[in-house]
Amino acid sequence: MAKKPVQFHLNGEEKAAFVDDGQNLLELLRRGVGDLTPKYGCGQGTCGACTVMIDGKPHLSCITLAETVGGRKVETVGGLGHAGGLHPLQEAFMRNFAAQCGYCTPGMLMAAKALLDRNPRPTREEVVEAISGNICRCTGYEAIINSVLEAAGGQGAMAGRG
Amino acid sequence: MPVQVETHARLDDAVRACAQSANARFFGGGTLLMRAVNEGDQSFDRIIRCSDPVLREIRMDGNAISIGAGVTMLEVMENRDTAFLAPVARIVGGPAVRSAATIGGNLYADLPYGEMTTALLALGATIRFAGDAQGVSIDDFLRDRASRRNRVVQSISIPRVGDAANFRFVKVTRVKPKGAALMSIAAYLNRSSGSGGIRVAYGNMGPMPVRALAVERALEGASLDERGIARALEVATEGLEPPTDAFASSWYRREVAPVHLKRLLLGSGRA
Ligand SMILES: Cc1cc2nc3c(=O)[nH]c(=O)nc-3n(C[C@H](O)[C@H](O)[C@H](O)COP(=O)(O)OP(=O)(O)OC[C@H]3O[C@@H](n4cnc5c(N)ncnc54)[C@H](O)[C@@H]3O)c2cc1C
Ligand code: FES
Ligand code: FES
Repeated sequence: MAKKPVQFHLNGEEKAAFVDDGQNLLELLRRGVGDLTPKYGCGQGTCGACTVMIDGKPHLSCITLAETVGGRKVETVGGLGHAGGLHPLQEAFMRNFAAQCGYCTPGMLMAAKALLDRNPRPTREEVVEAISGNICRCTGYEAIINSVLEAAGGQGAMAGRG
Repeated sequence: MPVQVETHARLDDAVRACAQSANARFFGGGTLLMRAVNEGDQSFDRIIRCSDPVLREIRMDGNAISIGAGVTMLEVMENRDTAFLAPVARIVGGPAVRSAATIGGNLYADLPYGEMTTALLALGATIRFAGDAQGVSIDDFLRDRASRRNRVVQSISIPRVGDAANFRFVKVTRVKPKGAALMSIAAYLNRSSGSGGIRVAYGNMGPMPVRALAVERALEGASLDERGIARALEVATEGLEPPTDAFASSWYRREVAPVHLKRLLLGSGRA
């Protein structure tokens, strides 16, 4: 099968790799360029564990054709913390125990980052909507929603706590 | 059988490539096609992509709006001219699906999907295949959809909806805020245009989006109040054969259709 070259930016670094026809972006990231932060959950677009950002928008890497990212900017959790520190979203997730097994966390963080980059002061409903394509088996979502609101500095952060 | 992916810069080259192979699939945003690839679907062996910007255009065309088949749900939501369709685009999957899912791909989505197509059916859309200036009505398109697999939809034309209140849409799900539709209902209540101005369509009440013709007839000349819509509710599922699937039985769909139709027509927004 023919291999195709693809060049793209991953978390600000230029990457070049060869992809197979029909290969998805999750495989390219994990196997092709060694970024293991996006997770494989379903391969069907339904769990959100593989969520990354492409040119600032959230995308499901398992159902994204790898070659379509040529020349584009891909962001994963691997690039979220900077200069040794954690991103405010990661800090808030830690403070609120928003990760238990942690499998959904990379996808949740990227879905949340896509929201906050566009809308720095979201309402609770907007946060719920932003993570509505991401499944968490452990937390019951409240801690995640509160973390996103807290990272955004929103006053709604405490509203849903029982 | 490995799949082969071809990318064309020009639409006519992509159309030619699709026409040459019965086992080719045109690539929209890939949210369904890539699922199929991941599953090892053997029903196609070629994917034809096209980067021609014509597929991404949204433009006014007299009293109509022409939407390129490659326009995504997110773009429908963000464009001022298609703002009245935002409530439909917004309920297609989650945000990461909507960044990729196209309006052209939605036309081919099998159950339980296809809410945008339900809306386009209610709006009486015209589907334009590449290389075919005329276009076909969405009713005809859906009737022959399976046999048109190797053609490429270039754009979809819908009327400009002057008063947004004339277009109503609801997606009924068991899971909030997101889930696959148990049914969807779209209504275009363009009563000022006289006879034929009312179109109502259901999603997930048949193998593909269907018109509720008996409801349309019952609403002709009727007022949109409890009394005026009573007959339409009586015939809410006339002529339909709702499916039984994991979301609901055919019986349940029949039972709840008038309830959701009533809320939609009275604009009570509780559906
Ligand atoms: C997690 C998840 C949730 C979803 N939720 C919903 C939902 O709530 N509602 C809903 O309606 N859908 C839903 N979908 C299905 C899908 O995302 C949408 O129906 C979408 O609009 C399909 O468009 P696409 O561009 O991704 O199609 P693709 O996967 O690119 O293509 C789908 C089919 O359409 C054909 N096609 C695409 N474009 C053209 C064209 N221009 N001309 C001819 N043929 C074409 C392809 O060949 C293929 O057969 C969901 C999908 C996922 C993965
Ligand atoms: S692995 Fe991509 S959505 Fe589940
Ligand atoms: S923390 Fe386990 S799936 Fe979310």
